[in-house]
Amino acid sequence: MAEITLIEGLRQAMDEELGRDERVFIVGEDVGPRGGVFRATLGLFDKYGPQRVIDSPLAELSIVGVGIGAALYGLRPICEIQFADFIHPAFNQIVSEAAKMCYRSNGDWTVPLVIRAPYGGGIGGGLYHSQSLEAFFTHVPGLKVVIPSNPHDAKGLLKAAVRDPNPVIFLEPKKGYRLIRGEVPEGGDLLVPIGPARISRPGADLSVFAYGMMHHYVLQAAEIVAAEGIQAEVIDLRTLLPIDRAAILSSVRKTGKALIVHEDNRTGGYGAEIAAILSDDAFTDLDAPVRRLAGPDVPAVPFSHPMQDWFMPNTEKIAAAIRELAAF
Amino acid sequence: MPLQPPPLLDLYRLMLLARRLDERAWVLHRQGKIAFHISGIGQEAAQVGAAFALQRGKDWFAPYYRDLALMLALGLTPLEFVLGLMGKQGEPSSGARQMPSHWSLRRANVVSHSSPVATQAPHAAGLGLAIKLRGGDAVVLTTIGEGSTSQGEWYEAVNWAATHKLPVIFLVENNVYAISVRQNQQMAVEHVAEKAVGLGLPGVIVDGLDPVASYHAVGEAAERARRGDGPTIIEAKVARMTPHSSDDDDRSYRPRDEVEAMKARDPLALYRQRLLTEKVLSEAQDAGLQDEVKGVIEAAVAQAEAAPYPPAEDAAHPVYVEDVRRG
Repeated sequence: MAEITLIEGLRQAMDEELGRDERVFIVGEDVGPRGGVFRATLGLFDKYGPQRVIDSPLAELSIVGVGIGAALYGLRPICEIQFADFIHPAFNQIVSEAAKMCYRSNGDWTVPLVIRAPYGGGIGGGLYHSQSLEAFFTHVPGLKVVIPSNPHDAKGLLKAAVRDPNPVIFLEPKKGYRLIRGEVPEGGDLLVPIGPARISRPGADLSVFAYGMMHHYVLQAAEIVAAEGIQAEVIDLRTLLPIDRAAILSSVRKTGKALIVHEDNRTGGYGAEIAAILSDDAFTDLDAPVRRLAGPDVPAVPFSHPMQDWFMPNTEKIAAAIRELAAF
Repeated sequence: MPLQPPPLLDLYRLMLLARRLDERAWVLHRQGKIAFHISGIGQEAAQVGAAFALQRGKDWFAPYYRDLALMLALGLTPLEFVLGLMGKQGEPSSGARQMPSHWSLRRANVVSHSSPVATQAPHAAGLGLAIKLRGGDAVVLTTIGEGSTSQGEWYEAVNWAATHKLPVIFLVENNVYAISVRQNQQMAVEHVAEKAVGLGLPGVIVDGLDPVASYHAVGEAAERARRGDGPTIIEAKVARMTPHSSDDDDRSYRPRDEVEAMKARDPLALYRQRLLTEKVLSEAQDAGLQDEVKGVIEAAVAQAEAAPYPPAEDAAHPVYVEDVRRG
């Protein structure tokens, strides 16, 4: 086992998939000799050449649209959107085209495509380098939506996404790119299946659901409240679409309480769907109202630090929410 | 390989079939037997010429909704088209999920398109990129109306193809109207082909009422693409001889004398007259073709009317590849 960063996990995944399958290629802005603005593709241009690691024009809709065309031909594109905030020009291609292709052609045409996009705030990026926008895509049947929280899953899920025959929106917690380190097996062919959530910390008193960067903070908060005698069970959702209903219900049937944490804003956010699942199928198991700790309903994360900190959920806010729910 | 002389009679037969089938769709709509039709009448020559200039079975196609004649030339059967009009089981583009004339035909390398216009253009560039990455000399034809060239998706696709020298032909079927909006409210250039200047590729204007002219223009663009010299924009000046769709009435926005003048230049009639004059086609031969086409369409309509609708539960799949059912 070697300890690596989350972004190193992503880079290893792409390196291995490029090496394994000649249909795989990377396309995006600055992904070539520059290695991506975050260095996710560093070294891959030199190793695989300009036919496999392609610098695109500065135009997101065609990064995705051209990727879709190549996928229709049978290739396996990995499209990089430089910041998730810039994905909106490609929304039509993702939602009208990639997501609906299999259904609208009755399975004749499919889009085995991965769209990688760094998301999330807390990095001083202001309104347009901080957004979380998973809820736009988890509303769309035909897409899969994946958010890893650690290097192991980043590598294993990205490799699985490249091999998945459907379009996968792969959102990466950019604040955790180098902050989050973890052990990843060396060698072998690490695959983490798309779909199942994971209990990352067992506990009996309440369930906390999170993903990506927030999962990292939830684990820290769970450690803090454990010292106070509160045993929080932490579930790393990992795949948001399709949703792992069984894992969500199973945990809450055990603990009777649920807190959902995400930095995407609250209204219509992913937490609302989890709350609805619990209301539908775990109503009699609940001992407290389902709680959500989410980004506030303002348009996006402000730049200046005090305002950014006001926006972002963090370890302290999560610990407070856990205490409050535990005391209910 | 130099372009062969065009198969003049095949072009005619396909134009005739497309026209009569399209006319029959309007009748079916008037009869209340179908809910919607979007027409390609007046655009058949450009489409059929393009289809015959390419290598069917090898080349790729990302068409748009007025391309009935193109699709018939690529092997869509009249029965398959009428099944689509009626939303019946066995319709090959979408299993009757999509509205009529939203083409897809896997066996002919025709990829599926949607209703938001110009979305197919980036797919064509992507297909071209894939062909270039994987080797081979196939080309991609993508079609579009002139109004849809206002979309960013079209510009981005052409820019991609030009920058990366991709084997793509962007055929613009300019029928002057985008529903009710005339071309001069759509763009400042007189010819769509002029847009090529700013994007760094050749732009060619062709008489889209003449299938032979279309055949040669597309054939030359295909040769260029197969050589690795990149994409071409071809603007075919065609005619929209009907309202936008069965839900449109063009009398509020379109001068009647313009419509009458256009009908006097009906591409099917012009081409028929040319073949008769050049003695490629005889009156007797023509009568035989007309009868044959009529019979094919009657049989297709009867068969489609007798065909079942898809079961309601087909609507539940296939959302993901894992759900695809093969029956």
